[in-house]
Amino acid sequence: MDLKLENITQEEMAEIQRNVFMSTLEQLKGWARSNSLWPMTFGLACCAIEMMGVGSSHYDLDRFGSFFRTSPRQSDVMIVSGTVTKKMAPVIRRLYDQMPEPKWVIAMGSCATAGGPYVKSYSVVKGVDQVVPVDIYIPGCPPNPAALIYGVNKLKEKIRYEAKTGKRVI
Amino acid sequence: MDQKDVEQLKKEAAAKAKAAALAKKKAKEAASKEEDSASTEAEPLDIAKQKAAAAAKAKAAALAKKKAKEAASKEENPASTEAEPLDIAKQKAAAAAKAKAAALAKKEAKEAASKEEDPASTKTDPLDIAKAKAAAAAKAKAAAAAKAKQSGAGDLEKEKAKAIAAAKAKAAAAAKAKMKSGGGAKAESQTEPEDIKPSPNQPILEKYIKIIESHFGSEMLEASYINRLSKDVPTIVAKPETYYKLAEFFKYNEQLGFDFLSELHGTDFQTHMEIYTHLYSYKNKQSVALKVKIDREDPVIDSIAPLWAGANWPECEAYDLLGIRFKGHPNLHRIMLGEDWVGYPLRKDYEPYDVEV
Amino acid sequence: MIRTEEMLLNVGPQHPSTHGVFRLVLKLDGEMIIEATPVIGYLHRGTEKLAENLQFTQIIPYTDRMDYLAAMTNNYVLCHAVETMMNIEIPERAEYLRVITMELGRIASHLVWWGTYLLDLGATSPFLYAFREREMIINLLNEISGGRLTFNYMRVGGVKWDAPEGWIEKVKEFVPYMREQLKGYDQLVTGNEIFLNRVKGIGVYTKEEALNYSLSGANLRCTGVKWDLRKDEPYSIYDRFEFDSITAETGDAWARYQVRLQEIEESLKILEQAADQIPAQGDMIGKVPKIIKPPQGEAFVRIESPRGEIGCFIASDGKKEPYRLKFRRPSFYNLQILPKLLVGQNMANLIAILGAIDIVLGEVDG
Repeated sequence: MDLKLENITQEEMAEIQRNVFMSTLEQLKGWARSNSLWPMTFGLACCAIEMMGVGSSHYDLDRFGSFFRTSPRQSDVMIVSGTVTKKMAPVIRRLYDQMPEPKWVIAMGSCATAGGPYVKSYSVVKGVDQVVPVDIYIPGCPPNPAALIYGVNKLKEKIRYEAKTGKRVI
Repeated sequence: MDQKDVEQLKKEAAAKAKAAALAKKKAKEAASKEEDSASTEAEPLDIAKQKAAAAAKAKAAALAKKKAKEAASKEENPASTEAEPLDIAKQKAAAAAKAKAAALAKKEAKEAASKEEDPASTKTDPLDIAKAKAAAAAKAKAAAAAKAKQSGAGDLEKEKAKAIAAAKAKAAAAAKAKMKSGGGAKAESQTEPEDIKPSPNQPILEKYIKIIESHFGSEMLEASYINRLSKDVPTIVAKPETYYKLAEFFKYNEQLGFDFLSELHGTDFQTHMEIYTHLYSYKNKQSVALKVKIDREDPVIDSIAPLWAGANWPECEAYDLLGIRFKGHPNLHRIMLGEDWVGYPLRKDYEPYDVEV
Repeated sequence: MIRTEEMLLNVGPQHPSTHGVFRLVLKLDGEMIIEATPVIGYLHRGTEKLAENLQFTQIIPYTDRMDYLAAMTNNYVLCHAVETMMNIEIPERAEYLRVITMELGRIASHLVWWGTYLLDLGATSPFLYAFREREMIINLLNEISGGRLTFNYMRVGGVKWDAPEGWIEKVKEFVPYMREQLKGYDQLVTGNEIFLNRVKGIGVYTKEEALNYSLSGANLRCTGVKWDLRKDEPYSIYDRFEFDSITAETGDAWARYQVRLQEIEESLKILEQAADQIPAQGDMIGKVPKIIKPPQGEAFVRIESPRGEIGCFIASDGKKEPYRLKFRRPSFYNLQILPKLLVGQNMANLIAILGAIDIVLGEVDG
């Protein structure tokens, strides 16, 4: 793609360089999406308290453009915070299916990552990735709120990176 | 408070020393005689118990080759001096003192017996055995007590004291026999002082039993005892067929009035299932543990949810995790795992049927 | 003629106001609830079965995750049960540290309840205030234990390690600060007319019903039963402190709110006294054998957690692992009364009633 720059004066050129950015639409979408991730409040267990801590005054996730929504229909990130039991697994899948595309999943804490301390239990799913595809794993039992913020930032990086390298973000 | 405690402790110690001295004298004369006298004496409970225990101690000391007198004096002195500075509850102090005394006695015994045996090697095993034995003895005691009650309603206390004394004497004899044979001596001498003092809740238990028996006769209970490990809670074991009736009685009887169900759960003991219910009476500020043993293969029991609404979910939980069915429950369902779950996880032989999702 | 028909409404298990994975199936007639069926078990993790293969020290971290808002009391109840069985004496300073951490945990737990309850009722800012103060408590507990939520601080016979230097002073400083904030809470919420209208006369039960349904803690005290295990069956060293067990008379959500908020004040009183009385030095752990083997037999102890009466039952066969471990989980018992309270209520009162019971799902499901 070429641009016709012949008839443009020096001053106009300077003006254009200040105001026009070149990018792909994918990157633009990635930029927009990554800066307003709306997680769903999906508290399962202990990690949910730390997730609440992230949303409250001390850590304040809002300043990163992330704002907890209470409905899967309005959110694009699912933070699975806590132990996933076999009784809960179908519900998680259903909620995930209810979320609009594009959507991402953060597995918060060891339980959601791989079963954690309950890995030998009869009723616990060994990691939420057996039910839904996971983008970011955050270790810890429970992770510090700062770790969750780090995880959210990692997800943003991932979204932008995928947009840039052409891997389609579905 | 402090002064009082110390004073009492000292008094106790003095009394014990006296008893020990007396017992020792007797022990030197003839050990068997002493046992007989302990068992036949129909004295009040406390004294009998103290004596029997003292006898056991004395025997241990005698077997420790004449170091008994030194040991006894040592036993008492550090105990009382140790307890003085501490600002703790009476019971605790007493327990500590006892432990001290036991440790000392043990040391003495060890010193004397060191020629004959290796002291360290067989320490833990006999301990367990001894404990098991002690538990068995306690059970026997309880059974004996129950029987005694059945035979004579009037002199209930006396009978019981006798039975206990007899059991104690037996235990002492066993200890003696063991001492001769070897290793178990120390363990026994350690466990023995633990049940010197009758539990403070013993009268409460007796009151319960009296009330129950005056209403239903003596066929209601399987056993009753004080659970010393569990803050001396009076424990009553009902028969499966009398469980509901007893629970109902516990709730509605004027004198008992257990209006609060604190806990209900089941346990799989492999030979049988057991339901443990902890009841509390806000009126009398007393608690009781009601237990019932049921068949493991076909675990069915009456529900007490109609009596205490608080038993509703715990019974569902027991049904869900252990497979105990409660007759008359308003809505028995698998509360935790869902109706399609296979097996009962808290049973000891549970095998998860699916390894993964 | 307006004709209404029954409607089934499903609430949860993912619902912002159920504080976890609690599900309710409601039968509605217009706005009125005519039947409510709670469904629990979405967080049933099988702790009791897992514990049968673990040593007692290894079980302590699992108790943290049961009632994750007040992990210290859960630590304590397990240790207390084992200590009762084995007749272990706890060193003085360790006992004080236990009480201080437990009371800090109690305040933190009540703060979370206060914040989220008001959030449920539509007031957003109290949540932010509550979590600000809670964060300070969490920092204190973090300093002493190394964890923010799951402390794993207590051990059979004592505590893991001593408080860092200056920690007691920080607790002393926290007490007046928190008192000041409590006044602010009252100004912010307690007199608010909208709030009062939403909680007064909602979810009422009598003393007899409360006892019958095995309620405990603030849920029982709000009906006028003066019953606090810290006072009435003193464990640890609670008999050395002066404090009240708070009661209210009306037995509605408003009474429960008052009881909880005033309990924070009582906990502050305990903290103040404990921080003054604590001996400067001392052992952290009593005389405990290397391998913890309770004697054969069983024990049941109960203590006062922020949510009510938490109990621990251990059946031991003399091994390192418990033969059977069972927790009496207060939320599980407290939640039973919910279907009864909901019948005949407006749909909008559901959250006001459920929130006032103060449940933690990790504890309900075990």
